[in-house]
Amino acid sequence: MGDATVVTSSWRLVEVGRVVLFAGGPYDGRLAAIVEIIDHKRVLIDGPSASADKVVPRHSAALAGLSLTPIVIPKLPRAIGNAGLKTKWNEAQVEKTFAESAWAKTRARKDKRKTLNDFERYKVMRLQKQKRFAEKVALAKVRASA
Amino acid sequence: MSATQEQPTTKKFGKGERTIPAASQKASKYYPTDDDPKPKQVRKTIRPTKLRQSLQPGTVLILLAGRFRGKRVVLLKHLGQGVLLVTGPFKVNGVPLRRVNARYVIATQTRVDLKGVVDEKVLEKVSVEGYFTADKESNKAGEDAFFKQGEKPAPKQVSSGRAEDQKAVDQKLLAALKKTPMLIDLLGSTFSLRKGDRPHEMVF
Repeated sequence: MGDATVVTSSWRLVEVGRVVLFAGGPYDGRLAAIVEIIDHKRVLIDGPSASADKVVPRHSAALAGLSLTPIVIPKLPRAIGNAGLKTKWNEAQVEKTFAESAWAKTRARKDKRKTLNDFERYKVMRLQKQKRFAEKVALAKVRASA
Repeated sequence: MSATQEQPTTKKFGKGERTIPAASQKASKYYPTDDDPKPKQVRKTIRPTKLRQSLQPGTVLILLAGRFRGKRVVLLKHLGQGVLLVTGPFKVNGVPLRRVNARYVIATQTRVDLKGVVDEKVLEKVSVEGYFTADKESNKAGEDAFFKQGEKPAPKQVSSGRAEDQKAVDQKLLAALKKTPMLIDLLGSTFSLRKGDRPHEMVF
């Protein structure tokens, strides 16, 4: 028998300290941390954001309505209180790291695109075309010199 | 019925006399079987049309119906009764000075300042009733048309007055449009729904 190396899976796990993103509902697009796992479908959640429009009050939420982010607050004690979570949340710079992720940027872009008016949509289309053209030209130059 | 028949006739009977009303003046022998019909009460009043707030002169519109559907045009004036006067401008997208129904139009947030741009005199002239319809031939296919079926129809002649008015309106407007980059290009493009477009959720 050959040697088998066992590697732990790198899935995002539902764990205490995992930061989740609300997908839909009244807290759509807001971040919160899992504070306690209630059962296989529900978790206790708390989002102690500094800005009032991003706060998620401590409540039990169904995992079906949440998306797991890659961010985990390290060594978060189970059922930590709101104040304690707030300090840990700020230490881990949860909101900053998420805002810098590609995921957050795509979300922001999508939201922005939704609010554009007719003329702005047209401008975006034209600028996209210009960008694509510039890329094509650059690529052709590289190909020709190679 | 002549007037003479309506006159009551006077007849003499011995010493006395009696006037007999004409047949048409006589009371009916019978009661009518039906009640008198009453005219229907009108519950509507004629009010001047009130257009959407977004339809201000200078607004870029998207036409939704007719020959130029999908085109983006500039709103010049309200002509009353829910009719709008628009122009392409003609040079940009081929839409002439034209009347459109306000209902078949999307108003966008894009607006051009028309102050001092459009010649008021020409606008007055254009908005006179009959300006667009005066030299319109009736479309009915007559006997003449039947015998001319084989021949090529004569090209449509635009009366020179219309073309001049078009130029007079568009010239300054084009200069004003040029001030905003890409605006003329926008007017030259047509609007259509693409995959994934949800018109009820879009902002115009």
